[in-house]
Amino acid sequence: MLKQYETVFIATPVLSEDQMKEAVEKYRDFIVADGGEIVWEEDWGLRKLAYPIEKKTTGFYHLFEFKADSQFIAKLETQYRRDERIIRFLTFAMDKDAIAYAERRRNNKKEAVKE
Amino acid sequence: MANNEIRFLNPPTVEVKKKKYCRFKKAHIKYVDYKDAEFLKRFLNEQGKILPRRITGTSLKFQRKTAQAIKRARHLALLPYVTDLLK
Repeated sequence: MLKQYETVFIATPVLSEDQMKEAVEKYRDFIVADGGEIVWEEDWGLRKLAYPIEKKTTGFYHLFEFKADSQFIAKLETQYRRDERIIRFLTFAMDKDAIAYAERRRNNKKEAVKE
Repeated sequence: MANNEIRFLNPPTVEVKKKKYCRFKKAHIKYVDYKDAEFLKRFLNEQGKILPRRITGTSLKFQRKTAQAIKRARHLALLPYVTDLLK
């Protein structure tokens, strides 16, 4: 049964725009290739970090909300650890309240885009 | 016989006890989002430490959820672990 997960990762600000796109692309294909399904994706772009990570004070944030089976998460996390462009990541399983909240957040995000 | 009642300069103000309530139950919030740093900041003091329940008045269930969300936000550098002036 596919559970719903949400993952956020921070990429080093050193890499250029297309390298960042390529990294995001790599993870999106990785999720879909393994039978996962991307529900929502958000790019927060370059943001200031609250404290320096690896001597860097800014980072590219990217959020994926996807459905996958539970064995896949270990594979995803080893990919994150191996990839030196990613300096920090967080994956968490969404329970029904989280899913309802994400649903509402997506709708008002869509309205914001429409206006 | 010294008059035993003591007269105060101004009447002692008795601390009126404000009934604390859990803002999550009142607002029917079900899930505390770790990505919403602005909202989580209300539960941190100036040093960035998590405020205790007796100050914020939140119920145990939601205090744990907010603490979990704050720790996740700190991991993702949305909130600092320690700082001097957060507000």
